[in-house]
Amino acid sequence: MRVGLVCPYAWDVPGGVQQHVGDLAEALIAMGHEVSVLAPVGEADGHGLPDHLVPAGRPVPVPYNGSVARLSFGPRTASRVRRWIAEGGFDVLHIHEPSAPSVSLLACWAADGPLVATFHTANPRSRAMAVGSPALRSAMEKINGRIAVSQAARRTLVEHLGGDAVLIPNGVAVRRFAAAEPLPGWPGEGGSLGFLGRVDEPRKGLGVLLEAFALMAPARPSLRLLVAGPGDPTAALSAVPEHLRERVVLMGLLDEDDKVRAYHSVDVFCAPNLGGESFGIVLTEAMASGAAIVASDIPAFSAVLDGGTAGELFTVGDPVDLAERAGALLDAPERRAALSLSARRAVRAYDWETVAADVAHVYETVLMWDGAGRGRPTGVRLDPGPRAGALLRRGAP
Amino acid sequence: MTVIAILGVLLALVLFGFYLSWRATRLHRLHHRVDTARAALDAALSRRLTAVLDLLDADGVEEGGELAEAARAVGTAERDRRDLAESTLSRVLRESLESPEFRGSAERWDGLRSQLTEVEAAAKGVHMARTFYNDAVSDTRLARRSRLVRMLRIAGTAPLPDYFEIDDQPPRIPLLPIGPDTP
Repeated sequence: MRVGLVCPYAWDVPGGVQQHVGDLAEALIAMGHEVSVLAPVGEADGHGLPDHLVPAGRPVPVPYNGSVARLSFGPRTASRVRRWIAEGGFDVLHIHEPSAPSVSLLACWAADGPLVATFHTANPRSRAMAVGSPALRSAMEKINGRIAVSQAARRTLVEHLGGDAVLIPNGVAVRRFAAAEPLPGWPGEGGSLGFLGRVDEPRKGLGVLLEAFALMAPARPSLRLLVAGPGDPTAALSAVPEHLRERVVLMGLLDEDDKVRAYHSVDVFCAPNLGGESFGIVLTEAMASGAAIVASDIPAFSAVLDGGTAGELFTVGDPVDLAERAGALLDAPERRAALSLSARRAVRAYDWETVAADVAHVYETVLMWDGAGRGRPTGVRLDPGPRAGALLRRGAP
Repeated sequence: MTVIAILGVLLALVLFGFYLSWRATRLHRLHHRVDTARAALDAALSRRLTAVLDLLDADGVEEGGELAEAARAVGTAERDRRDLAESTLSRVLRESLESPEFRGSAERWDGLRSQLTEVEAAAKGVHMARTFYNDAVSDTRLARRSRLVRMLRIAGTAPLPDYFEIDDQPPRIPLLPIGPDTP
């Protein structure tokens, strides 16, 4: 199958959607499909870009959905999109975040044929989608198959556009996390807890974990806490008494390899998030690493952890409950090993191999009618526009 | 003066004509989308039925009981009773494949691995195809509620599509039970 993937955000800036499209492209290629990815690229020297990536023009920073997104829009980009579609010969076009005013929306307008779209945004009050929805309708109603990456993303889509979508979660490259050496000196004799995420964003819940640590630390003289993630930690650290602070080890932002090693460096991994998580990619990464997990019982985490069989759940925002459960795990190595095994099992549902197979199944479903005795598959073409337009074109050369 | 007014009216009429043509093209595409999604849904349902019959064949009919009954009901259902029969098949499929007796015997699992994989994939396909069909129906019904479309009868004689409501939740089959030594 020839698949065209469209990513609306600048390829050279790290982000969830870009990562998702890149991983999906690799997984589809590994399954034997031909893939071409269209995305805006800032530093357009072709350096370090994968072969299957087609640059769609320079992105400009635009405030969008509450943060600054780097998007590409305008007549020049539109003509590149049209050329890519006309010359691509795709069986199916898979557009990510189709309502983003970038190459995604342009591709929706320009294409005619089997279209699949993935909705990533989980924002109940997405102003862009609310204001734009009547104007977006002419683009959105062309989409044959819609995918949402989480229940929250699906709700957002249904509220703003109506209709429905199938749920296919984000993937995690399980093999990349499966084995790694712990960081030097970890996990240590006296036990260790771990946290990964922005340290200055309250909803990531580092504050709750630090309070729990302050409760546990006096009884466990060599217990340490590994904190990895960007941001300014001063505010959160105020929850920890002065004399315990040297046992909270701040690593800052780790590179990809060290991040994998960090997951393997702790006895108990904690995900104390307070809410607002649509999926919990950190949790699936920890599961792929085989960590023993204690996570808050928010719906997204409870779903990923299979209702508590693949990791302990504690009452969200309750440091006492967290301290009790994490302490019990530190004292029970067999229980940790059992949780690690069930986490590795449960995460298989989120392995890119599984996820990409489901995405390919969506492609087959929207293409299925082609095989049902209705002639040859037509594939993706340029949209000829309204019929009356043909009157104008008839005179043109 | 009158010439300019007449030209203005003509221009407005031409533009309105183009707008109507655009709306008609959109509606035509929506009807086409509903048709293709319906064909895909029918194909997905018949793929599931074939997969279930293959599973029953491989497993020996006498143990199939309820599942064989549900599959036969789908095969013989009248068109307007089809949604009920398909829902029953979904439910019976979940109950029998998720039952402790079925999961209990490992040899039975091993012998049926390829048929079970196909049943699982086909059941997922039914869920996808039905979601996409109902999604197309919902977009089309919304477009046909528009006053312009109703007044000028842009939809022509195309029938208003109906949702296809069934229980399509696929069975949970842990097809790759892993041992303690596999990472």
